[in-house]
Amino acid sequence: MKIRAQIGMVLNLDKCIGCHTCSVTCKNVWTSRDGVEYAWFNNVETKPGIGYPKNWESQQHWNGGWIRTRRGKLQPKQGAKWRIVANLFGNPSMPEIGDYYEPFNFDYDHLKSAPEMEAYPTARPRSIITGERMEKIEWGPNWEEILGGEFSKRSKDYNFEGVQKEIYGEYENTFMMYLPRLCEHCLNPTCVASCPSGAIYKREEDGVVLIDQEKCRGWRMCVSGCPYKKVYYNWNTGKSEKCTFCYPRIESGMPTVCSETCVGRIRYLGVMLYDADKISQAASVDSEQELYDAQLGVFLDPNDPEVRRQALADGVPEDWVNAAVNSPIWKMAMEWKVAFPLHPEYRTLPMVWYIPPLSPIQNAAEAGLIGHDGEMPDVKSLRIPLRYLANMLTAGDEAPIATALERMLAMRGYMRSQKVDGVINNAIAERVGLTGEMIEDMYQTMAIANYEDRFVIPTTHREDVEDAYELRGGCGFTDGNGCSTGISKGTLFGGNKANKHKPLVMPSEVTS
Amino acid sequence: MHNFLFGIYPYIALTVLLVASVIRYERDPFTWKSSSSQLLSRKQLILGSVLFHVGVLTIFAGHFIGLLTPIEVWDTLGVTHGAKQTLAVVAGGIAGIMALVGGGILLHRRLTEPHVRATTTFADTGILVLLLLQLMLGVSTIFVSIQHLDGGEMVKFMAWAQGIFTFDSNAASYIKDVSIIFKLHLFLGLTIFLLFPFTRLVHMLSFPARYFWRPGYQIVRSRRTQR
Repeated sequence: MKIRAQIGMVLNLDKCIGCHTCSVTCKNVWTSRDGVEYAWFNNVETKPGIGYPKNWESQQHWNGGWIRTRRGKLQPKQGAKWRIVANLFGNPSMPEIGDYYEPFNFDYDHLKSAPEMEAYPTARPRSIITGERMEKIEWGPNWEEILGGEFSKRSKDYNFEGVQKEIYGEYENTFMMYLPRLCEHCLNPTCVASCPSGAIYKREEDGVVLIDQEKCRGWRMCVSGCPYKKVYYNWNTGKSEKCTFCYPRIESGMPTVCSETCVGRIRYLGVMLYDADKISQAASVDSEQELYDAQLGVFLDPNDPEVRRQALADGVPEDWVNAAVNSPIWKMAMEWKVAFPLHPEYRTLPMVWYIPPLSPIQNAAEAGLIGHDGEMPDVKSLRIPLRYLANMLTAGDEAPIATALERMLAMRGYMRSQKVDGVINNAIAERVGLTGEMIEDMYQTMAIANYEDRFVIPTTHREDVEDAYELRGGCGFTDGNGCSTGISKGTLFGGNKANKHKPLVMPSEVTS
Repeated sequence: MHNFLFGIYPYIALTVLLVASVIRYERDPFTWKSSSSQLLSRKQLILGSVLFHVGVLTIFAGHFIGLLTPIEVWDTLGVTHGAKQTLAVVAGGIAGIMALVGGGILLHRRLTEPHVRATTTFADTGILVLLLLQLMLGVSTIFVSIQHLDGGEMVKFMAWAQGIFTFDSNAASYIKDVSIIFKLHLFLGLTIFLLFPFTRLVHMLSFPARYFWRPGYQIVRSRRTQR
């Protein structure tokens, strides 16, 4: 047993309102630079839909994640090491800019500089890469927002596997949910495994997966290796970049920017203790549907005195072990079993987990006739098909999803009867395998969701590994390359072109 | 002049290659990269890039082994000069054509694809054009070589290249009377060595051979063990 700690995240999709505040604040902090305009370390997709980049969930198409070979070993789906190196000259599985979207800006200046003319001036889009006029914007990080576009296209969604999807195109049966996505900071990351330069690594102390910008050579195998398509190639610097889990904030005990600014209070951060020796075994279990359980088996109970002793012996700081005891992630994933990993079948053992959303009763007219099981509606009659959620969160196994949804409904029923009727209805709690006490704790954490209940983040112990005296007068946080900004403009070794965003000349036919 | 170009210039070029590469790697590792433009346009890239890289690397290995292996080794192995030259002409010719076709596709893409063109630097186009010129010169030396298949000319170049690396002060004189095409090919080759550290070519030095020796797949970095 080798115990390590990781800061994990849970997103309660039941409360996500799809406001994109997480995406925008993340973009403002991390990717408002040349070369990553198209990259969203965090984006929110409306499901069902094919997402960003297009169809990212289909690994038949993109070859991300792992496969289990016939001998039971794990290997990146894009190929073993020799295959990855053989593809250095041209990566056959890498998305192109159009699969994400061509980054654009609008000619705002034209609104005030346009001469008098018959038509009202408009701000037309222009490519940020080429500086040329774009006639049409084709895709974006939230292109299918609130079910935008035809169902025939959105229904290519991978999660419809095994679902009779035709009826969900009808207005009466339609359903939707939001899926905010970021790097999963996996226990078994394929991006790390795919990097021939060894530039990507997982941090032992908090599990954050980072790209060493000085070691990255731009071989771009991580982009295709990641099944979530959350590693982005910066076309300006020629290096790959990804979500950093806002590590400068996490290290000082603050939540990530996306979590901090979430208006729906859906995000949770907390410590999970795991057994590093069990990772490869858990990731290579035979059946894909066993992967969820296998990952649960990697996590260790911080309340167990033996685990606690071993964790301290393995160098996990004491305040981290204490934080693990109070971790909201532990409660939601392990105690209440309401949170699930995103696409466990990719075998990456992701560490950003999701609570599936409840949805209205499928057919309101019949709601009184069917689907009522005592005080609770039957979860199979909810508008979002169980199988759809199961395809997303448990490799198609509906039972754990049904249990989670039942527990969330039970929480509502229990609290309603307590607050409205003044009755403690322990029968509801027992029916879903919980106690009244647990339900009240769930209610406190998931419904009230106070800041200090959502974020239990111990600080990193830099004092143990750094001599602050040597850091005096140094630069703060930089993007690689010592104290420089990380971008070399006009050096001997090849810099950038000067600003290519020249104002566009007015089309001549309207100036007359 | 001949003595400068082929007796002294090689040392200048090789010194700059070595020293500037070390400085760049040490002082500005952030700029050390392949500068791939695959994200912006995949069209033409995979075919062009594979042809170009396989061709150029084959030629590079051929030159390296062919020029720097001492002549005695070939004699001991029983490879006649004529046979070695024929091998060089055939293998080099095929690889040269591959690289030329691939490089041509890449140059066409670089100049015509709007996204790639917008992000191209002078150095990117410049070094590609120089490499293509060098390939054309190299392929055209075949027409000179097939006029004397006994390998006599080739032996002169081996003596020159090995002379440079053994600090033979007469090295330049060994190739005094070779065809002008060979001389241009040599000069341009040395110039490419000279420019190497200032261009994207440095990614060649980062061929990830260590990946094969890396135990397993995963990498974990620890602060605790860093001290």
